[in-house]
Amino acid sequence: MKSIADLLHEHPFFEGLAWDAVELIAGCGHNVHYGTDTLIIEEGEAADVFYVLRRGRVAIEIPTPRRGPLIIDTLGAGDILGVSWLLPPYRWGFGARAIEAVDAVSIDAACLRGKCDDDPVLGYAMYKRFAGLVRERLQATRLQLADLYGNDAS
Amino acid sequence: MPPDVVAEPAVVTTGPMTPRMYEVESRREDLADTVTLTLAPTGEPIAPPEPGQFTMLWAFGIGEAPISLAGSDGALLTHTIRRVGAVTRALCDVGPGDQIGVRGPYGAGWQLPAVGSDDVLIVAGGLGLAPLRPLVEQVAAHRDRFRQATLLIGARSPGDLLYLSEVDTWRRHAIDVEITVDVASTDWTGHVGVVTFLIDKAAIDPSATTAFVCGPEVMMRFGAQAIADRGVLPSSIQLSLERNMHCAIGHCGHCQLGPAFVCKDGPVLQWSAAEPLMRIRAR
Repeated sequence: MKSIADLLHEHPFFEGLAWDAVELIAGCGHNVHYGTDTLIIEEGEAADVFYVLRRGRVAIEIPTPRRGPLIIDTLGAGDILGVSWLLPPYRWGFGARAIEAVDAVSIDAACLRGKCDDDPVLGYAMYKRFAGLVRERLQATRLQLADLYGNDAS
Repeated sequence: MPPDVVAEPAVVTTGPMTPRMYEVESRREDLADTVTLTLAPTGEPIAPPEPGQFTMLWAFGIGEAPISLAGSDGALLTHTIRRVGAVTRALCDVGPGDQIGVRGPYGAGWQLPAVGSDDVLIVAGGLGLAPLRPLVEQVAAHRDRFRQATLLIGARSPGDLLYLSEVDTWRRHAIDVEITVDVASTDWTGHVGVVTFLIDKAAIDPSATTAFVCGPEVMMRFGAQAIADRGVLPSSIQLSLERNMHCAIGHCGHCQLGPAFVCKDGPVLQWSAAEPLMRIRAR
């Protein structure tokens, strides 16, 4: 059976990270499983973890009063679910639901933030990776906002 | 005996600007603002089109518009048209039996690799799937020529997806079809997000991939760049540009983009040639 460190080492998000750093992060992690249609994250709740997705698919949702919940993004194997743990107020901005059964490694945020504070090299490596993730998602959001497929944009 | 009457010969005008007459054989309402027409020639047909080429469609009394071929079958032509202006509105409003003028086919189309077992990556955004449809059909018909065939489709919402009934057929031809939309309600089980994220995950060998991209220009820029970032050569990435084509034969200059006439040198260009042109800002 693979260790948490093995699972993280195989995940594209941690590609190139030194093994000892992966082991440090793995010390804050454990395996989780969510069945189809299970709520993983509730908007507004404490963002005390993030998830390293290994299998399945997740919908990022935002509730709307008239149209019901809207899916604004989907994530799958190889992705990271959750960036709200990085900065105060450590609260989820959106909900997340498993649309296919999910296997993931859940990383305890307080544990990892503590290790990042104690080891700035690890902290810099982690925040750099998450900054890249946030940049990708910001760019994607801007493209979605541009409504590229509308008449005027074509 | 009737007097000799010498009939005047009918005046027949031919040339690159003369449309051929076609009749609407069928009309399908795809989306609220988009229809697909199948046209049959009433006389001499235009030359057989290649995937990626376009025609000028003439709505009589209104004007002409460049429309990509969404398919052809013998002399029958298929066009998918979105209502965006007076001409396309008129073209969308025709019915079976109505007549339309057709000029073409024009321009440079998609270039599939001639031999080998390369991977094929096709990326469509919105109505951009229409010009890619003949290419997808060609890949499906010659599927054994390619190793991996991937079609990535992006649209605004699930209700804005074109040719959904054909997706299963393409999948049966071992084309890996992934669909993503910008936003969806919870009954949608596909991807949500920009199509570039699907490019990052596509199962391709970048060193042996030919890519084809068509959609809104911003999406094509980001899409082509994402494909190039995967390691696909810029000369192996083809895009279909859309500009203000009027004459369609490189005379009028309306579609000029830098040194290129999109109607004649395009609409399909390699990313290596298109990238600098797409940086030219519209005035």
